Parts: sequence; C-alpha cells; structure tokens
Amino acid sequence: MKALNEYTDMRAVYADTLIELAGEDERVVALDADLIAANGTAEFRRLYPQRMINVGVAEANMVGVAAGLSSRGFIPFASTFGCFATRRAFDQFFLSANYARRQVKLIGTDPGVTAQFNGGTHMPFCDMSLMRVIPDLVVVDAADTVSLYKLLRQVYAHPGCVYMRMHRKGAMTIYEEDQEVTLGKGIVISDGSDVTLIASGMVMVAEAIKAEQLLSAEGISAAVIDMHTIKPLDEELVGTYAKKTRAVVTCENAQRIGGLGSAVSEYLSESCPTRMRRVGVHDEFGEVGTQQYLQERFGLTAEKIVSAAKELIALK
Amino acid sequence: MEAQERAALEDKARTIRKMTIDEIGYLGVGHIGGAMSVIDILTVLYYKVMKIDAENPSWEERDKLVVSKGHAGPAVYAVLADKGYFPQSWLHTLNIGGTNLPSHCDMNRTPGIDFTTGSLGQGTSAAMGIALGDRMKDIDAYTYLIIGDGESQEGQVWEAAMFAAHYRLGKMIAFTDFNKMQIDGEVAAVMGIEDIMGKWSGFGWHVQRIDGHDVGQISDAIAAAQQEQERPSMIICDTIKGKGFFPGEGKVGSHSMAFDYARAQEAIAQLEQEGSR
Repeated sequence: MKALNEYTDMRAVYADTLIELAGEDERVVALDADLIAANGTAEFRRLYPQRMINVGVAEANMVGVAAGLSSRGFIPFASTFGCFATRRAFDQFFLSANYARRQVKLIGTDPGVTAQFNGGTHMPFCDMSLMRVIPDLVVVDAADTVSLYKLLRQVYAHPGCVYMRMHRKGAMTIYEEDQEVTLGKGIVISDGSDVTLIASGMVMVAEAIKAEQLLSAEGISAAVIDMHTIKPLDEELVGTYAKKTRAVVTCENAQRIGGLGSAVSEYLSESCPTRMRRVGVHDEFGEVGTQQYLQERFGLTAEKIVSAAKELIALK
Repeated sequence: MEAQERAALEDKARTIRKMTIDEIGYLGVGHIGGAMSVIDILTVLYYKVMKIDAENPSWEERDKLVVSKGHAGPAVYAVLADKGYFPQSWLHTLNIGGTNLPSHCDMNRTPGIDFTTGSLGQGTSAAMGIALGDRMKDIDAYTYLIIGDGESQEGQVWEAAMFAAHYRLGKMIAFTDFNKMQIDGEVAAVMGIEDIMGKWSGFGWHVQRIDGHDVGQISDAIAAAQQEQERPSMIICDTIKGKGFFPGEGKVGSHSMAFDYARAQEAIAQLEQEGSR
C-alpha cells in the first residue's frame, strides 16, 4: 500500500487493504452485487478472480452466500451501497449471518448525504439504526484513511459479524500513520473543557473539527472525539468527557433515531445524565442534491454544531 | 434398487417416522406435516448417500445438508439421534427452554446441523455459499439442500437458483418437498408454483420429478444428479404432507398441529401395523 495520506478515495484504501489481507490469508474473499466498479474492488478481482464473487443485483443472496462461505471457514467481505446492505438484506444479515454466528463483514458504501445524486432511494440514513439493534454486531464508521485501514484490519480479525460504513469517493487524513486506532475505543482528536463534540464518519468528523475551530475563535473550548465504533460504544470515554465538560453534542450523517446520538444518550441518561444535543437527520427521507446542498438541507454542518454547543453552554 | 436394500431403507424411514411422532407428541405440538413429508428423502441421504461421520460432525470432507425448510428440524433430529450425533433422550427436549433441539434447525446448538435456517428462502443462499466454498477449497463433497413448496414462493430461492447455475455448482443437489400444502391452504390456491420443473429448468438447473416417498426413485434421482458435473440439480419430490402420521396425513392443518402423547402412541402403533403388513 502507498502512504495512507496519499489516498484520494476511501474506497481505494478499502480495496488495497482487502488485497493486503487476501495476500496474507487465503480465507479472505470478497463479494459484491454488481457494484465492483463503484466500490473500487476491480483490482482485487484482477488479482484474485476466484475470490471475488459477483452475485449480480441480488443483495439478499449475497449476504446468504457470504454466510455459507463463512461456515466453510472463509472470511467474507460483502460490499454494496449501505441502503441495500442494511435495508434490502436485513433479515439475511440478521439470521444467516448474525443469529447463525457466522463471520460476515458487511460493507455499506455511500453513507448518508454522500449518496448525493442517487437521492432518497439510495441514501442510507437509517443503516446505523438498523444495524445497532442486531445483538453483538460491531458497527463502524471510519472518518479517515489511517483509521479506515487500521479498523479494517481489526474488522478482519474480529471473530464475528461487522457492519462498516464506508465512503467511496474522496478521502480525509487526520491521523499520523502511527496513530493508535482500536475497535471500540474512540479517539480524542482535541481536548477541551466547555463542551464535547462526539462525531462519527468522514463528513461529520470534518464538520466537528471545523466547529471546534469556530468555537475556539469565540473563546469556547471544545473537545472533539472521533467515535468510529458506534457499537460497542466506548462508554468509558463518553462518561469521562461528559463529566469533564457537562455538555455533549453528537454529530452523525444519519438518522438521529437509533444512531450515534441515541447510543450516547442511552448510556449517559442511565449512567451520567448530561445535557445533550444531537446533530443529525431529523426523521426524514433523503433526496437528491450535491453533498453541500444536502448537508445544509439536513443540518449536518459545523454551524449547526456550533449553535448546539452554545445552547448547551448557555444552559449551564 | 435391490429388494433387500429397499426394505431396509423403508424400515429405517418407518423408524424415523415413529421417532418423529414420539418427539413432537411428547411436547404436544409441532410441525408434524412438513417433518413427515421429507423423511424418505432424509433416510436415503443419511443411510445410503451422504459421506458423513457422526463421531466428527465438523469433518471438512463430509457432504453437507442444508434443510432450508427449517421447521422440518424434528425429522432431522430423529435421524441425527438415530445416527448417534447425540443421545436419543434429547428428542424429548424438543422446544423445551434451553434445549439443543429448537423448532428450526440451529447449527450452533445441534451437532450434525450444517446451517441455521428458519426464515424461508435463506438456506438456499447459504447452501450455495457452502457448495462454492467447498469447490474453492478443492473439497470433493456434495452439498444437499431441501426446500419446501411454499418456500419456493420466496424470491431469495430464485436469486440463489440463478447464482448456482451461473457459478456452475455441479455438486449442488436440491430437493423440493412438494407436499402441495402450506399454512393457509393448498399451494395451488395460495400461490401456485407450477410449472415447477419448467421454472428450475429455465434457471439452468438439471431437473427431475419423482415420487418423494419411493426410496428407490429418490436414490436413482440422486445418482442421476451426481452424473451432472456442470449444472446444479433439482429433484422435485411429490410428497404427502404428514405422510405416515395418520391423524394429519394429507391435511393442511398438519403444518403445525397439537396432539397429546397418547394420540402419538396410537399413531405410532398404526405405523407399526403398516410395517407388519
């Protein structure tokens, strides 16, 4: 693999990591449902034609075949757009993969507003909510190239099923290559004392970092946490920062119902009641538009995070 | 099939039927209809065809069976108990809290079950994954699959059918337990599946249609299917729902039926009389 900060598409990090894993372990196989070109795994298919299984436009079958392959000892990575991965194949992933205790790594691409011109039909706003209710499932949304690479390697090693959201186009590198990244442990991007911004995924971690700078310019000290693993939630880190700042804003490129904001509030309301605001999609369907339009349309911006943070501070 | 072998298999099928009635009757309720209709298929597979080892249920090279109509679990459990995968006493724990024998097949609870099923249609895709996986590992084994007729209404069955033909899964041999009945009535009235041979044939499968209660025909059909190297095989088995459980035989209501243990013993006695004729 090239240096992680040289990647310009997250899907290329995914593809190169998968190729690296396949080279190390012959049990690694990839499946897709007619989106090999879109999901960037054509090079994997060229190198390992027998280990790339295109099922055609049949996501339910893809997840079932992956579960069957897992029962023969393979470690399948099955990718498709996040909407189809989670909505279309929910029962197959729930039963054939998770209930049957297989090891299916389900990769859902084009998270939230990044589906852009594919619009409401293709816009996964509820994938995280759907996945969080599956018992024992690990649910991940990486924000940068370094964490994506390091998390993918841990997803591979995890002895169970994983749902991983993944950006296809565009990339962001926040971390140095030696950054410690651990599945289930949030990363403190910047420390702060007045408010904590907990974000997941490339879109909203970027907005949270921007929000921290805007708040800082106004003399407000915000901590920023990259909560790449939504489930299991890093409750210890959430609790520590809730106590420290007594104000928490969650930031997610998804439905607020059942996602990151829900996970954080469920924990805090029982263990450390803390004033919160949840920046995310308010119980709406997606629609077409540029990412910038959609972020503004659904309130997924640094400005929204800033105003939520100020509201909380005013209430202290 | 030689008369002696036929008699032995028929006798074994009768034993499995009696065990299945006893197993469900002990609990007092269960999917007796769809369990009884697959027993001749299971008998030929487990006592003549499949390369398996009860001492080593996870043996890599074994033939695998996915019972996608997972509610036929009790019939499979009777076979597995008879083969020695677990003690026969387990059969009286069917569906009791904490049991290893749940209503629908569960690979993590029951030794000898190759895949977890219950949501109809899903076992088909998993079976294709198993067959493909064995081929990728150069394992010379067959993957057998049993689906229901009502189950054939599930779209996933046809996604998997298309997949198996495209990937030339020649070691995939499937059976449709065509007992003509589903929960809401006769299959033809609820959602007809004919022309079932034409459907599978159109999806690129080698297709045969037989009497699913004739052990000789089942055996011959499997042998013919094994000759197919390139195409997956479907054996449509005309069966009778509840076959051999006289209070429910040929009745729609036998899909899931309540009957007490005394009634089960009467039904078993009736089956024994049939065997002595």
